[in-house]
Amino acid sequence: MTIQDTSRIASVTRETARTESAPSVRPARKIRRLPVQKDWPLWVIIGTQIGILVAVIALWQIAADCGWIDGFFWSKPSAIYATLITFFTEGDALTDIGFTFRSTIIGFLIGTAAGSLLGLSFWWSRNYAAVAQPFVICFESLPKLALAPLIILVFGMGLASKVAIATALTLVVSTLTAYAGVKAVDPDQERLFYSLGASRMQVFRKLIVPFCLPWIISVLRVNIGLALTGAIVGEFIASQHGLGRQILYAGQTYDIALVWVAVLVLSTLAVVMYATVSWIESLLRKGVRQ
Amino acid sequence: MMAAPAKLRLDDVSMSFKTPSGVFQALAPVSLAIPQGRFVSLIGPSGCGKSTLFNVIAGLLEPSGGRVVIDGADATGTIGRVGYMLQKDLLLPWRTVLDNVILGMEIQGLPLQAARDRALPLLRRYGLAGFEHLYPSALSGGMRQRAALLRTLMFDTDVILLDEPFGALDAQTKLQMQEWLLQLWSDFGKTVIFVTHDVEEAIYLSDEINVMATRPGRIVESIPVPIARPRPRGVTLTPEFIAIKERCLELLTAGHHTALGEAA
Repeated sequence: MTIQDTSRIASVTRETARTESAPSVRPARKIRRLPVQKDWPLWVIIGTQIGILVAVIALWQIAADCGWIDGFFWSKPSAIYATLITFFTEGDALTDIGFTFRSTIIGFLIGTAAGSLLGLSFWWSRNYAAVAQPFVICFESLPKLALAPLIILVFGMGLASKVAIATALTLVVSTLTAYAGVKAVDPDQERLFYSLGASRMQVFRKLIVPFCLPWIISVLRVNIGLALTGAIVGEFIASQHGLGRQILYAGQTYDIALVWVAVLVLSTLAVVMYATVSWIESLLRKGVRQ
Repeated sequence: MMAAPAKLRLDDVSMSFKTPSGVFQALAPVSLAIPQGRFVSLIGPSGCGKSTLFNVIAGLLEPSGGRVVIDGADATGTIGRVGYMLQKDLLLPWRTVLDNVILGMEIQGLPLQAARDRALPLLRRYGLAGFEHLYPSALSGGMRQRAALLRTLMFDTDVILLDEPFGALDAQTKLQMQEWLLQLWSDFGKTVIFVTHDVEEAIYLSDEINVMATRPGRIVESIPVPIARPRPRGVTLTPEFIAIKERCLELLTAGHHTALGEAA
């Protein structure tokens, strides 16, 4: 009896001690809930985006009409729209779009293909790769657009020089990416192939190329943007056609509305090409996996 | 014991590397003779040159001295003579299981369709039925090792080298894979050299165990395993098995002590 009593007393005192001491030891905490974001439905998102666009255009028009901003330098949506119509109906819009599009695509294809092959070729010989490496890095760090005037001199005012600039911009990216893929191949994987008696050509075709394909594909989207930049810069410097030339010409003649029109068309072209390449990329990825 | 003509023979194979601090002896002269159809294990601490030895046998590394002899002919430095399975499964992620398994035959120039026709029944018989047309990423670790081992077998060489094939598997899967491997071995009659860290696994599977030591890498003792096959799982508890296990552990710890003594 006595023993039980004392133990009960002991436990009681321990409990009281705990409840009394606990708050003094541990500072009170703020009660917080996990922050939760509610997702808007898609139509609200798109509606808001359209709303912002309409508001900006309306504000621009009103500001120009009321003289809050100088309509000569900023132009205004109504003037831009009128110029857009004339650009497509009377001007040579399609010639310009076609010129820029062609130089971009050709430069993109040549640069991507040649660069990828060059990067893959570094697998064949460590010595060759070691010799070539500083040159590649040099060419990479070089601001290639600075070479554009020289390229125009060599290749002339026509399509070839625009293609050459677009190629120069895309080539290095593809080379370095393909080479990064080559370096990422597991040496054990290569040893497996050789242990099965493979030739170097078999290792290249059955291991190196399929392994590096995702790397090569991953730069397509970057390269289409770079190729377009190259083509436009080439047109800025010296050209008779193209959207870049149109922008430069309009700017020099203070035809600000035409500048906006050309930029608008150029952006549309860029978005269309980017979307197309993204779509091709997803197709290729699916193809590579299978 | 040496009466039968050896399938695979190593004559004083040695390997040394030049390092900035002098010559590093990775492998002291190692000699080994393995008759056709034997299951031989190599065990030893890491750095004892097991992988170097395998690379030399597979022709991926030219030895500093000695010869590799297969079927009585010099095979030093020639590739494609033995099947070699590394610890990683190394399945190509862009190929189906079936197309991974036929890789060796494909490299040897067999037409794709013929190779597939030959591999398909084996995949089905040896536990990969239903997985033939899946990609490796859809397979469990055990299944991937099965595919890798079948790839090695389908390469159709008499000698196969297995470098810790079950090292990364969980205990349960490992036991299943051991049974599966023994099944394959008795069906195909291959000569197997098996590297493992697991002494029990080595004894359970092998006809003979070669215990290796480091600095330099060498074989210190060859221990025969005269336990009748097929071996039930309970064999690991018999005095015979335990005696061999004790001997192996003794040799491994002795090697460990000398290595520590050298380091001090």
